[in-house]
Order: sequence, then C-alpha cells, then structure tokens
Amino acid sequence: MSATIGAPLLLTYAALVCTLLSGAVSLLAVRRHPGFLHFGSFLFLFFSGAGSIGAGGWVLLANRTVTDRFQLGLPWLDWHLRIDPLSGFFLVLLGTLVVAISLYGPSYTREFGRGAAAQPLPPLGVFTALFILGMQMMLVADDALVFMIFWEMMSLSGYFLVVYQHQHAANRHAAFLYLLLAHVGALVILLSFGVLAAFGGGLAFDLMRAAKLSPLWATIAFACAFAGFGTKAGMVPLHVWLPDAHPVAPSHISALMSGAMIKMGIYGIVRVSYDLIGSVRWEWGLVVLIIGTASSLLGVLYALMQHDLKRLLAYHSIENIGIILMGLGLSMIFIGSGHKMLGTLGLVAALYHTINHALFKGLLFLGAGAVLYRTHARDLDQMGGLIHRMPITAFLFLVGCVAISALPPFNGFVSEWLTFQTALQAPALTDGLLRTMIPIAAAMLALTGALAAACFVKAFGIAFLGKPRTRRVGRAREVPVGMLAGMGLLALLCLLLGVFPTTMIEAMAPITQLLVRDALPSATAQGWLWLTPISPQVASYSAPFVLVAIILVFGVGRLILKRGAAPARRSDAWDCGFGHLTQRMQYTSTAFSQPIRRVFRGVWKVEEHVETLADAGSIPRVTSLHYSVHTHDWAWLRCYLPIGRLVLAAANRIGFIQTGNIHTYLKFSFVTLLVFLWIVS
Amino acid sequence: MDSQLIDWVLAAAQGLLFIAAAPLLAGWLQRVKCHLQNRGAPSVWQPYRNLSKLMGKRMVLAENASWLFRAVPYIVFGVTLLAAAVVPLVAVHLPTAAIADMIVLVAFFALARFFTALAGLDIGTAFGGMGASREMMVGALAEPAMLMAVFTLSMTANTTNLSVATEYLLHAGLVLRPSFLFALLALAMVAVAESSRVPVDNPATHLELTMLHEAMILEYGGRHLALIEWASQIKLMIYSVFIVDLYFPLGIATDFSAASLSIGVVAVTAKLMLLAVLLVVWETVLAKMRLFRVPQFLGFAFMLSLLGMLTHVVLETGI
Repeated sequence: MSATIGAPLLLTYAALVCTLLSGAVSLLAVRRHPGFLHFGSFLFLFFSGAGSIGAGGWVLLANRTVTDRFQLGLPWLDWHLRIDPLSGFFLVLLGTLVVAISLYGPSYTREFGRGAAAQPLPPLGVFTALFILGMQMMLVADDALVFMIFWEMMSLSGYFLVVYQHQHAANRHAAFLYLLLAHVGALVILLSFGVLAAFGGGLAFDLMRAAKLSPLWATIAFACAFAGFGTKAGMVPLHVWLPDAHPVAPSHISALMSGAMIKMGIYGIVRVSYDLIGSVRWEWGLVVLIIGTASSLLGVLYALMQHDLKRLLAYHSIENIGIILMGLGLSMIFIGSGHKMLGTLGLVAALYHTINHALFKGLLFLGAGAVLYRTHARDLDQMGGLIHRMPITAFLFLVGCVAISALPPFNGFVSEWLTFQTALQAPALTDGLLRTMIPIAAAMLALTGALAAACFVKAFGIAFLGKPRTRRVGRAREVPVGMLAGMGLLALLCLLLGVFPTTMIEAMAPITQLLVRDALPSATAQGWLWLTPISPQVASYSAPFVLVAIILVFGVGRLILKRGAAPARRSDAWDCGFGHLTQRMQYTSTAFSQPIRRVFRGVWKVEEHVETLADAGSIPRVTSLHYSVHTHDWAWLRCYLPIGRLVLAAANRIGFIQTGNIHTYLKFSFVTLLVFLWIVS
Repeated sequence: MDSQLIDWVLAAAQGLLFIAAAPLLAGWLQRVKCHLQNRGAPSVWQPYRNLSKLMGKRMVLAENASWLFRAVPYIVFGVTLLAAAVVPLVAVHLPTAAIADMIVLVAFFALARFFTALAGLDIGTAFGGMGASREMMVGALAEPAMLMAVFTLSMTANTTNLSVATEYLLHAGLVLRPSFLFALLALAMVAVAESSRVPVDNPATHLELTMLHEAMILEYGGRHLALIEWASQIKLMIYSVFIVDLYFPLGIATDFSAASLSIGVVAVTAKLMLLAVLLVVWETVLAKMRLFRVPQFLGFAFMLSLLGMLTHVVLETGI
C-alpha cells in the first residue's frame, strides 16, 4: 500500500535500518579494529535516534497519521504499522535518549573492554541494538501480533543487557527476576489483547478500536492491560524486579531502561485504555490513582534508604511512574465523569511527566555512570568531594537532581504543577468520595516531592560535596567530552522543557485530539510567557520569568556586592576548637536519612546491628564500633517470597510426572492437543 | 500600555518595599520579645545595622568550599525575592502575582531549602550534615501540611493565585468558614516550623546541637551570611503577610489610587505588628521541642489541614 506511506514512515524505516546496522557493526567488531567498529556502532545509533526524533516529531507537529501494511510470516496475518501522534511522542522520547547514549556510549563502553575483568563488547552492542529496535517497532505496531513480537524482543534483549556482567551472582539473580516478571506481564497483556481481539474479530488495532465491549469485558481488558503494562512500568506492588535489574546493567543501558523501557508500559496503558478500548471509566481512574499514589510514596521512601547511587535512582523510577499514573488516574476520573477538558489536562500532565522523567532520569543514570567510570564506586558512602574533581559532571548531575525534585524552573516542576492543578479541580466532581480522595492524593504527591528533594540533597550532597571518603575518589578526573555531551544534551532539554512549557503543551495538542478529542486552548492562550492551564484567574505560572529573575538577582547581586570588596580568604572549617576534622566525621548517606527512617519506621523492615568491642581495662573504653543497617522491602517479604514458596511446593508435588521418558512426554502432548481440539470444536 | 507600565512599576515598588521592610519586622519582633522578657531591647533598626556590618566584612571561606557554596546565597536570596514579589503586600491585582501561584510559592521555598541544605553538606563538617539532614526532614513534613492548607483555601476560592484568592476573600465578607479555621491553625504551625522559630528551631541559639537552620549556614560569613540572614527575614515576612492576606484581607488596596495605597500600607503594618506580638507570646510561653517531637507537631498540622479539607468537602460544597 505504497500510496499511504508517508515520509515519516520512510524516516522510521531508515531509523530501523540504522539500528540494525548498529547491531551488525558491533557483531563484526573484530579484534583488529575494535575501537573503530565500536564507534561505528554508536554512529549508527545516533542516526537511528535522530531518525526516530524526526519521524515522531514530524507526525506530532504536522498532526498526521501514517499507516503501512506488508505481508510477512503467516499468509493470513499482515503486519500493520502506523505512526500517530501518540506513538510519535514516544518515538521522540526514545530517540532523544538514544541520541544521548550514542554520544555517551563510545567512551563509556570502552571501559568494559579493559583490564583484568574485560568483557566482550559485541554482545553489548548487538543486544543494545535489538533492545532499541524492539522499542521502535513496538511503537509503530498497529496490530497485536507485531506489538507482542517486539515487546518480547525488548524484554528478552533487556535480559541479556542486565546479565551482561554475569560474573556477579547478584546480577544473574536480578536478571532472572526481571525475566520472570517480564513474562508474567507479557502473559497478562496477551490476555488483554485476547479479549479485545475476540470482540473485534482480529488482531489489527483498527478492528479492536471498532469493537463494542460491554463494561464488564472492557474492565477485564483494562485490568489485564494495566497489570501487564504496569509490571513493565514498575508500579507497586509489581515493582520488585526494577530496583534489582536497572542498576546492574551498564549505565547507558540503565538510562535507556529507566528512561525509555518503563515508559513503554505507560505507552501500553494509554494505548489500550484511551485508544483501543476507547471509553475510559472513572472507576479505573480511581484504581490507577490509588496505585499511582502508593507507587510514588513507597518508591521515594525506599529510595531514601538506599546508599547505592544507581539503586537509589532505580527506586526513584518507581516514584516517578507513580506520579505519571496519578496524572493518568485523574485524567480517567475526569473523563469518566464527563469533564473532558479536565481529563485532557490530566493526560497532558501525565505525558509531560513521562518525557520529563525520561530526560532527567536518563541524565542522572548517565551521571551515575560517569562517577562509576572514574571512581568505580557505586556506594555513596565511598564518594564525596567529586564537585572539585569533576565539576562539569557535578553541575549536570545537579541539574538532574533539581529537575527530579520538582523544583522550578526545571521541567519536573511543570508536570507536577499540572498534576496539582488537575487535582485541585476535584470540586467539579459530584461524588463525595472522589472529592475527598483526590486532594489527599495531591497531599501525598506533595509529600513525595518533598521527600524526593530530601533524597536528592542526600544523593548529590554525599556523592559530590564534602570531602572524598576514599583515596580513589579523591583522584577522580573529569570524564571525556563525549560523555559530557550526552549528559549536557539531556540537561539542556530539562531546562528548555521547564522554561517553555507552553510550547511543549501546544506540540502535544494532537495527542489529546486523537485520544480525548479535546485540547487545552486555555493553557497557552496568554502567550508563551504564561502557562494558564484552566484560566488566568485560576492559576498561572511563568517559568521564563522565574529563570530570568533568578539570573538577574544572581548577576546584579554579585556585581554590586563584589565591587570593591576584598577577595575572600580561605581558612579551616569550624571544628569547635577540638582540632583536626577528618573526612570520616562527615555525615554519611545512612546518617543523613536517619531522621526520616525514624519518622516513617514501619514502611521498611529495618535491621540494625551494632557490634561494640570494649576494652577490658579498669576504665570501660570502646575500641571498635561496627554499625550496620539493612532495610528490606515488605512487598518482597510478604508477597513474593510466599508466592515463590508456594510455586516451589507445587512444583515438588507434580514433579512425579517428570519421568525423563520421551514417550510419556509425547503422550502428554497428544492428550493436551485432544483436549484443546475438544474445547475449540 | 501606559497603565501596564505603571502596574509593573508599582509591582516592583511593592517588591522592594517588601524586602526593605523585612528586617524591620525582625527588629520589631526582637524588641517586643525583649520587652516581654524584661530584657533591655535593641533598637528596631538593629537588623539593618547587622546586615550592613556583614556586607562590609571581608569574606572567609572554608578550605573545602566549592563554587556551589559561593552560589547558594545568591540563589537563595533571588528565589526569596521572587517569592516576595508574588505576595500581595499592599495591593492586589499587581501583574507580578501572575508569575507564580501558591503552589509555586511553596516550591520556591523548597528550592531555597534544597540549596541551603546542599551548602550545609559542601564543607564536609558534621554540623552541616546534621543541619541539612534535619532541615530536609522538617521540610518534607511541613510541605504537605502547607499545601493541604493551601488546597483548602484554593478550593473555596477556586484559584491558586494568591492575588485573586485574597480579593475573593475580601469580597466574601466576614463569614466564618470552619474549614478556614482548621487551615489557619495548620498554616500557622507550618509557618512557625518553616521560618525556624520556637518550638521547632530556635533562631537565637548558638548551642550547636539544638540548631537546624543555623547549623546549615554555620560556615557562612560576610556578605554571604548577610544575604542568607536577609532572605530568612524576608521568608518570615512572607509567611506573615501570607497569613494576614488570606485571613484578614481587610484594608488591602484593590485599586492604585494614592488613598487606597496608603490605607493598604497602614493596614498591613498594623496587622503585621499585631501578628508579631502574637508570635512573641507564642515563642515566650513555649520551649523548644526535642527533634523527634517535631514530626508529631507537623503531623498534627497535617491532620488539621486534612480536617479542614474534609470539612470543606462535607459542609461547604454546593453552597
């Protein structure tokens, strides 16, 4: 059907080919020219990312939908492809991250090929390419078959990336858990598509859109999709794989996973509920809102207890997915109750936070990777003082920290502010329960934001400020320019999306037109300077103004105060007159979060051990003191371990049918086939 | 165009008046406190003298201070200044009020706290870390209570814009809304915690272990310290004006004639002086709490604002 092939699709195909070429180049990375070919692989990734941005941006800005279909595989199952504004938006998100890691990757991955623990680089390149290809194809899929094939490709290649450094048993364990939950999720998604396909009469999304579902079946389809995609997104309580899997992958892959892969779960939820099922109900919204609130609060509380930088960031992904789900939940509640405009606002807030999280979490993971690259430390309590040794990395990481803590004038604040504004319109609803629940959820969002700020003061303060806690950290150097460029790109976008929200919301109008058939004309009606989601009377925010004012005060203040003043003198810090301060007297990350651990005790299972060795003299004197604290996730202890034990017990019970005799197995297959035929006929 | 220009000039003037008057409020507070506690009182102008003394001093920086440490005072002051520009002091309808609403205002304070806490960690002393860690805990608990109280107000007035809300309340007359009473109490408690007053923190103490805010800024000196001190005086003033505006908006100017502007100035001065007396009484009769009583204090504030919200939903909607 060449008539309908639009230029955006051709661009997408070019991007896909580039992704494949990138994989092929890494596969060919022979011993003679590893550096060159390795570089080539990232060059193709750069083009692939740029192509995705181009195709997605084109569709989004021109507000057009392009489709294509071709015959591949089974003769009666065509492959349907389609790019509409929603997939365009996610393509842009994915493409941006791919471009950033293609700048960052060449220097970063070289580290893996060095030293005693050298790893072969080709698998990393190949599976990275397949991983990205899976996401790109999944976004342009327009039938359940293509969608599931590439969904699986994404999940499976993700497994190989998580297990890349397989010498460590913890990594293998994390990868297994990831694989297990990815497949449980995929099965549930398949069930959801099954319901939709049964009513629509085919696997193509167009048939599903046209299907008329009864409220019960629609709810079943939604519940399955929400559970399945939610597993990938990492919502509580299906999140346990995420904090294990994301940190152990190489950092640029962690950035892709936290930035892009879990967003595919959000894409799936939006695609199935708003587009395929079509008519969302407020009851779904309530469930999504509650799970979102729980995810955001628990995510940030668990993050606060971490002292492994990458693990801390991974827990923050759970928090941010929670915030996105809160926006989606509010949107569903309002649309389900007939307030289309407010529903649109919620959807815009959710999608805005989706791209924001991709940017700042990508940036933070790349920053953590930069620290890892130079210091080989992931534990915050070994770092310190890196701002002196790696000033640019520190600055870029700080931008990410401010953005993720939802502070103005960066992008995280805009989307949280929009979520707050949506929640504050709760009086428009008639249901008393909802009117009470929504403000409470908003207060929990406020608590989440404040705790996130505490957590990132800790992360940045312990890692980059103060004095170095180990010698290796004290000798760290700034990372190569390519890595800085990758981070700098994302940091710049964090600022731009924070300062020009009106432009972004205008660009997002085609998505809401497609999904809700409504847009937010009032949000941008006052010009680019003023963001007024409902009306200027209700609320307004001017990010450019805030930025300019802060810069002005900064500049003018320094100019006035420094004029004629004597240069600052350097001296020792205040030590209470007791003498020399050492780096071990600094607060550690465990110490920093102690007050919060005490206030919210009960959220974690906290195990504290104190070992004291006393001197056996006449005067009791402590010679050594060892303190350790471990926090455990209740969801894992109370939910997953019992299920795991149950599965093991059940497996032991039915183990007797496993005879090891091929004839018996063939008999089993034959009987199963007969039973299925009987059911079908 | 011309009237718009006048609006902006007036807004700038109000902002400048705000930051210029903030040390005066601190001086007044100190004076009343001394009188109440039978001590010799310094002049109300003392805070200005302190600031100008600090401005002129040569700076001493700790060996380990990074660029962030030097930038933080300017960031904190800039953000606080911006917050001051948004709050209607003398008149409503000023164009600056549209820059930020109440939620953004709370976020400004969060931004200032974020950077102050980072500065506390920068030197690498135990005091800085202690102050930062405690301040972030207090902040994390105060912010939701504050926002909840703000939500109660904004749901009544259907706006989060401070100027519009003030005007709405001005025209609502002397009705007593139960939800407002709860929200007012919560807001007052949060304001006490956020502006580092007794019983959460003690601005006068120099016993290191009892400090929160002071512990973070222990290493600052000279003009940096002046900026931070000034910013915290402005912050106290913002909270006071915030409470005064929303609960007793009587007298605030709604047009820009000289008569109503002067009434506005007189009214706000009288109200702030009265509020300061209340704060002094509160600080004199209460003792500073142990750190881990603070969560209970703020939890109580949160509960109050939640009650206010529920009261609003149950009693006041549809009216």
